[in-house]
Amino acid sequence: MKNKYSIFSLIKNAFSQHENWKQAWGDPEPKREYEAIIIGGGGHGLATAYYLAKKHNMRNIAVLEKGWIGGGNTGRNTTIIRSNYLWDASAGLYDHALKIWENLSQELNYNIMFSQRGVMNLAHNLQDVRDLKRRTHANRLNGIDAVWLNTDQVKEFCPIINTSPDIRYPVLGGTLQRRAGTARHDAVAWGYARGADEMGVDIIQNCEVKGIKRNGDKVEGVETSKGFIKTKKIGVVAAGHSSVIANMAGLKLPLESKPLQALVSEPVKPIIDTVVMSNAVHAYVSQSDKGELVIGAGTDAYVSYTQRGSHDVVEGTLKAILELYPIFSRMKMLRQWGGIVDICPDASPIISKTNIKGLYFNCGWGTGGFKATPGSGDLFAHTIANDEPHKLNAAFNLNRFVSGDLVDEHGAAAVAH
Amino acid sequence: MTKYRVNKTKHVDQTKTVSFDFDGKSYHGFEGDTLASALLSNGVHLVGRSFKYHRPRGIMSCGSEEPNAICQINEDTDLTEPNVRATEIELYEGLKASSQNCWPSVNFDIGGINNFISSFIPAGFYYKTFMWPKSFWKKIYEPLIRWSAGLGKSPTKPDPELYDHKHVHCDVLIIGGGISGIIASKIAAKNNFKTILIEDKNILGGSTIFQKNENYKINDKYSGEWIYEEIAELKKLDNITIKTRTSLAAYHSYNYLLAKENISDHLPLDKRNGGIRQRLWKIRADKVIVATGAIERPLVFNNNDRPGIMLSNSVKKYLDFYGVSCGLNNVIFTNNDSAYETAVSLKEKGISVEIIDIRKKSNSKIVKNAEQLGVKIYWNSTVVNTFGLRKINSIEIMNLSEDGSNVVGDKNRINCDCLAISGGWTPMVHMHTQSGGKLDFREIDQTFIPNEIDKNHINVGSCNGDFELEEIINNTNKKVKNFLKVSETEFDNTSVLNSKELDKRNIWLLPNYISEGKCKSFIDFQNDSTAKDIKLALREGFKSIEHVKRYTTTGMATDQGKLSNMHALGIIADTAGVKMGTLGTTTFRPPFTPLTFGSIVGRSVGNFFDITRKTSIHEWHIQNDAKFENVGQWKRPWYYPINEEGLHDAVQRESKAARDSAGILDASTLGKIDIQGTDASEFLNRVYTNAWSKLGIGKCRYGLMLNEDGMVYDDGVTTRLGENHYLMTTTTGGAANVLSKLEDYLQTEWPELDVYLTSVTDHYSTASICGPNSKKILTKIFPDKDFSDDAFPHMSYQNGKIDEINCRIMRISFTGELSYEINIESKFGKSLWEKCIEAGKEFKITPYGTETMHLLRAEKGFIIVGQDTDGTMTPIDLQMDWIVSKKKYDFIGKRSLYRSDTIREDRKQLVGLLTDDPNEILEEGAQIVSDMSKKPVEMIGHVTSSYFSPNLNKSIALAVVKSGKKLNGQKLIVPMENKNINVTVSESVFLDKENKRINA
Amino acid sequence: MFLINCPYCGERDQSEFSCGGEAHIVRPKQPTELSDDQWAEYLFMRKNIKGVQFERWNHAHGCRKWFNMVRDTSNDKIHAVYKMGEKPPVE
Repeated sequence: MKNKYSIFSLIKNAFSQHENWKQAWGDPEPKREYEAIIIGGGGHGLATAYYLAKKHNMRNIAVLEKGWIGGGNTGRNTTIIRSNYLWDASAGLYDHALKIWENLSQELNYNIMFSQRGVMNLAHNLQDVRDLKRRTHANRLNGIDAVWLNTDQVKEFCPIINTSPDIRYPVLGGTLQRRAGTARHDAVAWGYARGADEMGVDIIQNCEVKGIKRNGDKVEGVETSKGFIKTKKIGVVAAGHSSVIANMAGLKLPLESKPLQALVSEPVKPIIDTVVMSNAVHAYVSQSDKGELVIGAGTDAYVSYTQRGSHDVVEGTLKAILELYPIFSRMKMLRQWGGIVDICPDASPIISKTNIKGLYFNCGWGTGGFKATPGSGDLFAHTIANDEPHKLNAAFNLNRFVSGDLVDEHGAAAVAH
Repeated sequence: MTKYRVNKTKHVDQTKTVSFDFDGKSYHGFEGDTLASALLSNGVHLVGRSFKYHRPRGIMSCGSEEPNAICQINEDTDLTEPNVRATEIELYEGLKASSQNCWPSVNFDIGGINNFISSFIPAGFYYKTFMWPKSFWKKIYEPLIRWSAGLGKSPTKPDPELYDHKHVHCDVLIIGGGISGIIASKIAAKNNFKTILIEDKNILGGSTIFQKNENYKINDKYSGEWIYEEIAELKKLDNITIKTRTSLAAYHSYNYLLAKENISDHLPLDKRNGGIRQRLWKIRADKVIVATGAIERPLVFNNNDRPGIMLSNSVKKYLDFYGVSCGLNNVIFTNNDSAYETAVSLKEKGISVEIIDIRKKSNSKIVKNAEQLGVKIYWNSTVVNTFGLRKINSIEIMNLSEDGSNVVGDKNRINCDCLAISGGWTPMVHMHTQSGGKLDFREIDQTFIPNEIDKNHINVGSCNGDFELEEIINNTNKKVKNFLKVSETEFDNTSVLNSKELDKRNIWLLPNYISEGKCKSFIDFQNDSTAKDIKLALREGFKSIEHVKRYTTTGMATDQGKLSNMHALGIIADTAGVKMGTLGTTTFRPPFTPLTFGSIVGRSVGNFFDITRKTSIHEWHIQNDAKFENVGQWKRPWYYPINEEGLHDAVQRESKAARDSAGILDASTLGKIDIQGTDASEFLNRVYTNAWSKLGIGKCRYGLMLNEDGMVYDDGVTTRLGENHYLMTTTTGGAANVLSKLEDYLQTEWPELDVYLTSVTDHYSTASICGPNSKKILTKIFPDKDFSDDAFPHMSYQNGKIDEINCRIMRISFTGELSYEINIESKFGKSLWEKCIEAGKEFKITPYGTETMHLLRAEKGFIIVGQDTDGTMTPIDLQMDWIVSKKKYDFIGKRSLYRSDTIREDRKQLVGLLTDDPNEILEEGAQIVSDMSKKPVEMIGHVTSSYFSPNLNKSIALAVVKSGKKLNGQKLIVPMENKNINVTVSESVFLDKENKRINA
Repeated sequence: MFLINCPYCGERDQSEFSCGGEAHIVRPKQPTELSDDQWAEYLFMRKNIKGVQFERWNHAHGCRKWFNMVRDTSNDKIHAVYKMGEKPPVE
């Protein structure tokens, strides 16, 4: 049994110099066989395992992680959470996630610091205005809180934005989702890991998958750096490395993996208390609870698995930041980094069965997967447990690339690909 | 002179006094001081409070690794800057600095209460609490966390200073102007390599420059004197650029490096005048020599964070470089020989010093030197506690057990006002790893050293793990010779005298008689993470170094773990019982030291944020009060208000004029691609959905271009100028992408086609004249031309001349009116426009902007790609089946039109919408619903274009609606926030369905 | 920031180039003969290799020529560049 986390347990443990805290998750060796295996110990993979155990009573399962849990895009993103997507299918998916976020700290008994500080998307030209209004109306009718703000209201909501009509691309308005916000990214992985571990899920770190064993059109298990593990169901949640795993199973996916860059400034006292995104000039910024400005840059336009992007992308982003926030010119970049994101042609994810029985993919989240973590895990668990998708992820199948029924979210995905 | 300024040096000019403020109090320093050395000379150690526990903290180092002494400078001015290291600020007259993260003052800080409840707030405590009751999170807990966040304050006004970028190429870039960097630079420059040397300090020579010890001599000179002469010689060489005050920020792949030069940060504010503050050097180097040196390690023991506890070599630099003794009663606590140099320096100046060494002995020359000078040494001992509220006043020491795992014997208390600590040295391998290089672990002194595979860079000196003077000189010389393929150098026979360190002992976490849980042994000083935090993380299952780092926040402060990462790794290894080398290290990410946003952006601010494209007629538009719209990078006239007119009134007037008499539009921004070659017709067949082979010379045709996925990509009119010559027009925003896409197909898919593409967008300006009187106007401009419908029919083109200037006249129409476009070389664009205005005067020719253009075309149901389409519309969806050739075997996107989803009948299709109230104008982007009772409501489409048409005297709209083709006449609803608007589906052509007006 | 050796112009900064993705995906000569699956394979499916990959680049702010590159996506090392139509080098 794990420690229950609370102010009381903190006080109690203080008197024993915190010597008695139990492990948040264990460090087991893999068994020879599992009912299901999740490849990838990021937020999505750990959430999948958590919901498989919790809602589908599949407890003899394992999460295999090549490095350390939460070490991929979960720990490298700008932590924005929102659900103001255009199409019904996406709105359903992301708002499902948002609703789980709202109670996640309590559910996991782990404070993931979900901060509903609002996310505002700015419009800088007349077509932006049309597109964002279209999205705002669609959100409202889909039951997602979104309001249109004119330029003055934008300024009132976030006074440090330069809303002068004389700038190169003036702010013409924006759409605001108040329920949106940010969360502490590492805590999400750790909270799900702790929850899954408590229900008996084996979280196996430093275990690299080397091959997928197939028998005809069925999976039989995985070859790993810790030996062969038998299983009939494999859920792949490997983000940027999805194609690498797919290739092991002889599959090709409609994905390209590219470095997405981000950066933080040195910490300063609170100066911006919301999240502001701008598609047209391409900058988004929020402030972390440590005081750092968290700034999302773009993706490099080529496939790379190096987690090192080119400087141009960072320069372009900061250019846009200074256009909108000239007061940040003397602020300093503390750290920049890249994550490998797997991008779909329609900027929407894949949560789908494949034509190989027992092999499921959850990928293609591109630049915006973090916000979907709980919903993605829940729906992927449903798909794996029932061998068919939940109605909320039915549209996000692999067949859409054959039929042409894409879910084109380039506008709402916020990063111009 | 203050009592701490004990020494005269050549680097600080003690004749030139500089006054400055710290925390509102005035002090004096000298020219050549840093803020830190000036404060220390005034006996000020306490300069800040730590992030979490608000513990008093003092200056600890003399460089970029400084975790404690970070200040806000010049607060309440436009030039304020947060989080600046006092150790790096060159002192200038009038500097105002203040400590951060404390309230009301650094001496009495309310936040200090956190120190007393520290046992309740261990690493990661916030993950375990603030969850109940849930409603408190938003109102109480989160604001509290946010309130305690941050260090300094962001500026609140725009930056008055400028930033430059400089792009340079060189043969050899040397990073670091210490002894190995100087040697490398001399070799490179003397062997005809175009060389750049950068050094972050204002003076070259690193820590050698203030070296004056009998035990360290080069060619029989003190090493400090020797390097002084070397630098003087180096400066005389021709092909070297030496940049001081320039720090390397990032080392990207393919030897692309960024370095930031400080230009005015060391000048008094009144000497800056909004000039250039910093310059970012973007360097592409053929070869890079990294000589960034090493950083001294602290020691980790109980209460190792009091003001007055400093790194030993920094104490030496303050003394020998700045002439400041950090204490008058010093104790040195060390595990290695280097600290003895500090002791010797102090002692030689008559300042009291004792040494506590965790080693059992050391027989090196420098240790003997200290002993001979009478320095008392406590061997095999460790500090177990320190005392002093705002500055250290004494320490307690004990003996170490045989294996170093425990303390034995009695406590011994020693008074001191400065404790200089040294835990050995960490090579600065940041640049090597940023470049993609790997590291090897060296057991003997527990360091990570570069593993060099890359052929294009080397590491020399102490950043390569060479710590002894002799090693540094000889290895640097040897490595640089190999690297640059030089056979002999002046350093080949250098005679070096130095003290060799023979005895080593390292203990990452020093033992104590006090239980671990009650010790505060700091590892990351700024973020307040302690050894017990790391052990807690390990107990809780956070085993990887990255987990420990993130859980405890070790190494994530503004110093990026320069002093803490190694100790964290060491303690993890010791606790887990594994070898340190097997743990790996955390990744060092750029920048090396924090880099201003301003320097990264350079001059691309304000008007230079993005290119502004203007047509040749732009000035006329300005003179005629046009309001502009940004379309891509173009400035296009949006509307031309007269007097106090708003958008609506102006557009109503302009639209009416265009249909009643004549209007004129600047259409120069449309993309124009000149297409030539014997296969030009075939090429167009492949890229457009319709057929082009039979288009006669002199004729124009509208074309629709798809993406390979079948969705509409661009459109425009293409004119056949000759047998093998076409002029294609594209949308304004799509021009560059269309050209790239066409070139891509031409070069990679269809190299067999003889076709040449040239962008001529900027070469021609276009005046588009429409309206029933347009023909008369054209006749006035081209009096010799026959504009009759027979001689010059719709969708045809002719050459014309205005005076001697050639023009192309296309009779094409995007408004449905009789309409002509005149193309002329851009240098005559404005003259042409003025001529048209003059000729049209009698017909009240009215200039109109994009908004009126949009309205006029909507009346005719013409689409705008990007407004009525969104990348999900096929031509069939747009009800433009007529333009999709059934006969052509293939064109870009054709196959995609026959997929199971694209052939669905119930896709969204373009229709017209009429509001039941003709005065109600729909909002573009509004959603469309057929049944409001369904929950949730089903959105079946949205409004793409919407206007009040003055010519029809009612509101009209275009929309895409599910199964729209079948819904003509159907009542639908547009639900707004506060009302539902009733609409009826109509055809998308609202005006002149018979197309009579184009021949009016 | 790569240094790319354009086969027409020589070494230039990466910022002058744009990447066109996986190389040697030939546009089908007879698209109408293909099944939806086969067409989707051409349109969307990519190898997305971690390791040595063949890809298309364009010297967009230079000679505007397209060419091919052999690059290791796991460390960004460029092994070779060659003109369109030339045979890829054998690794």
